[in-house]
Amino acid sequence: MSQTDQQSGAEVLLRALRDQGVEVIFGYPGGAVLPIYDALFQQNSIRHILVRHEQAAVHAAEGYARSTGKVGVVLVTSGPGATNAVTGLVDALMDSIPVVCLTGQVPTHLIGNDAFQEADTTGITRPATKHNYLVKNPEDLARVVHEAFYVARSGRPGPVVIDLPKDVVIGKAPYTGPENGGHRSYRPLTEPDPARIAEAIALLRGAKRPVIYTGGGVINAGPDAAAALADFVHTTGMPCTSTLMGLGAFPASDPQFLGMLGMHGTYESNLVMHGCDVMLNVGARFDDRVTGRLNAFSQGSRKIHADIDPSSINKNVAVDVPIVGDAGAVLRALLAAWRESAIPQDREALAKWWRQIDAWRRVDSLKFTQPTAAGSVIKPQHAVRRLYELTQESGRETFITTEVGQHQMWAAQHFKFERPNRWMTSGGLGTMGYGLPAAMGVQIAHPDALVIDVAGEASILMNIQEMGTLAQYRLPVKVFILNNQYMGMVRQWQELLHGGRYSESYSDALPDFVKLADAFHAVGLRATKVDDLDRVIREMIATDRPVIADIAVDQKENCFPMIPSGAAHNEMILGPEHQDRTASITDEGLMLV
Amino acid sequence: MQQRTATISVLVENEAGVLARVIGLFAGRGYNIESLTVAPVEDDRHKSRINVVTSGTDMVIEQIKAQLDRLVPVHRLADLTLEGPHLARELAMIKVISTGNERAEALRMAEAFRARVIDATPESFVFELTGATDKLDAFIELMRPLGLAEVSRTGVAAIARGKRTL
Repeated sequence: MSQTDQQSGAEVLLRALRDQGVEVIFGYPGGAVLPIYDALFQQNSIRHILVRHEQAAVHAAEGYARSTGKVGVVLVTSGPGATNAVTGLVDALMDSIPVVCLTGQVPTHLIGNDAFQEADTTGITRPATKHNYLVKNPEDLARVVHEAFYVARSGRPGPVVIDLPKDVVIGKAPYTGPENGGHRSYRPLTEPDPARIAEAIALLRGAKRPVIYTGGGVINAGPDAAAALADFVHTTGMPCTSTLMGLGAFPASDPQFLGMLGMHGTYESNLVMHGCDVMLNVGARFDDRVTGRLNAFSQGSRKIHADIDPSSINKNVAVDVPIVGDAGAVLRALLAAWRESAIPQDREALAKWWRQIDAWRRVDSLKFTQPTAAGSVIKPQHAVRRLYELTQESGRETFITTEVGQHQMWAAQHFKFERPNRWMTSGGLGTMGYGLPAAMGVQIAHPDALVIDVAGEASILMNIQEMGTLAQYRLPVKVFILNNQYMGMVRQWQELLHGGRYSESYSDALPDFVKLADAFHAVGLRATKVDDLDRVIREMIATDRPVIADIAVDQKENCFPMIPSGAAHNEMILGPEHQDRTASITDEGLMLV
Repeated sequence: MQQRTATISVLVENEAGVLARVIGLFAGRGYNIESLTVAPVEDDRHKSRINVVTSGTDMVIEQIKAQLDRLVPVHRLADLTLEGPHLARELAMIKVISTGNERAEALRMAEAFRARVIDATPESFVFELTGATDKLDAFIELMRPLGLAEVSRTGVAAIARGKRTL
């Protein structure tokens, strides 16, 4: 390529993004990225969404990525722009969300000189990303951008940072297109080993009390993987449970679905995990929220673990059959091998297992009682149930995001997801402030859909400034606040584990959320008693503008079932609706979070 | 759970920050580094070899390998301890300051260990010794009462015996 063909680094950057299929960038300008913003100004194919805080840019990109299966893209400036993005990057790392984050950097000759708005971005983000780059030569720019997208979306997806010194984006740079040859050193396995598949099928065929435990890996593997999962579950007749991150991969309304498992999972899911003889884990990682006390976790079972990340296998729980591969490829291979297998399935034992499961189901562990008399206080579970039912009634395609805490768990328990990519939540990192910006990203990708952030009044304040972004881009995101005036999950643990000493968990001096909505050019609604609820939800759904619905809920309500930290699955605490049996909390349990 | 020592060789892309990634992984996840060496080995193809000696239970060592293997610039790795016979060597430079009988004894021991004298003054020697870690340890212990003043060691470089390659 001759010198005259060369464009500026910023133009090469945008061209590379276009060639990667990028349609939208979430970002915030600053000194080090001004040349990139100048190039953005002079083109029309990539849309830029101006957020109000860099953390929100990353969460918005996560929401965009999680709801579309594409890579989310972020652009922030050097120094504080990059450091503000770190929480979002770690969030994406923990939940395996593909994001490419472009960070500005001071010019190469100033790096290391403590220049204005300089931070060691690659140093800071090294453990916060799947991989990161500092581009020191304009000749490397296009190659690095293409490589970053490959790394972000391949194998176990994750965030990738590209640090861009200002002189590199100003200088002339050659352009090279995406390569198809893969990567020099990073080539994750996606196709499972047939020998392992055969071992897995032998175990599954011989199972008397099987369970299929699925996670976010199935969502990341795409809608085909979810379809393969449904095929496999139906063909085998086995019960299926899901992690928080996996909700929607298997239809919640399916009779073979047991609901979510883990700390706030259903009674039947956790007892099935505890009592199974063969466990098939696809795309989940035996997280501590799922396993409870490790040395009591499903001791009687042979375990099969399929994961695209070999380091997830045998990390927390030793398994009998490890399978490295893409969740979709594994499920398709399992299905084919199951159909060809001559080993008889013990259908009688499976029927007996289902009778046991049905008995556990009759406990109805998510049960709550909503007083119906006019003026009764709203139970948060009831608010989520009605939200679910009324969104169903509306017939609109609905996407749910959440913040973190009790409301998140109630949303996971009571909102039923039938399809993948409709549920966006911060699972691994547990980032308060995730839901509103994530909802923005979802709404950008799905302009006509109903996008609702189920929030708590404490979490929502962590990124409330994004109401401004909603107003600017006329994004009709609905913020549905379950307002109990407490950091509810903190309050719950303080009640159950710390003698009712509610240290700093009361949200004093809350804003008036209706007025706050008004100040941000949104619609504010409020429900304070049960007879207001349906009207407010209906009005929220019908309003084609951003809405904050402030739902005052029972302050003392706790989220059950609950496996206290340090307890085993069979030591679950059920709610007040049930004959309560209190698990003993050990000192060891108190140490856990 | 039984602890074991593992010598792991890692072939990495020779790019900025790759060593920081490896060290950061060990620090961030609480793994031990007993010894670490790194140098480019295929200069034209821009690859370096990192040899790391670590310890842990089998499950932890499997984790270390899986975590290393998923780093983007890592090409290949081998657990030399597990995968068959291997050679592991390090080099030490050992400064001994002494006179009289102690000095004579130090020199005799150096000959027995086939350590070379690479620097000498009337009151000091610098010995160069290459060998397995335990041989170096033994020699350094012997030097302790004979005026041992300073030690500089390279850490372990390792390679599989026979035709196996990384």
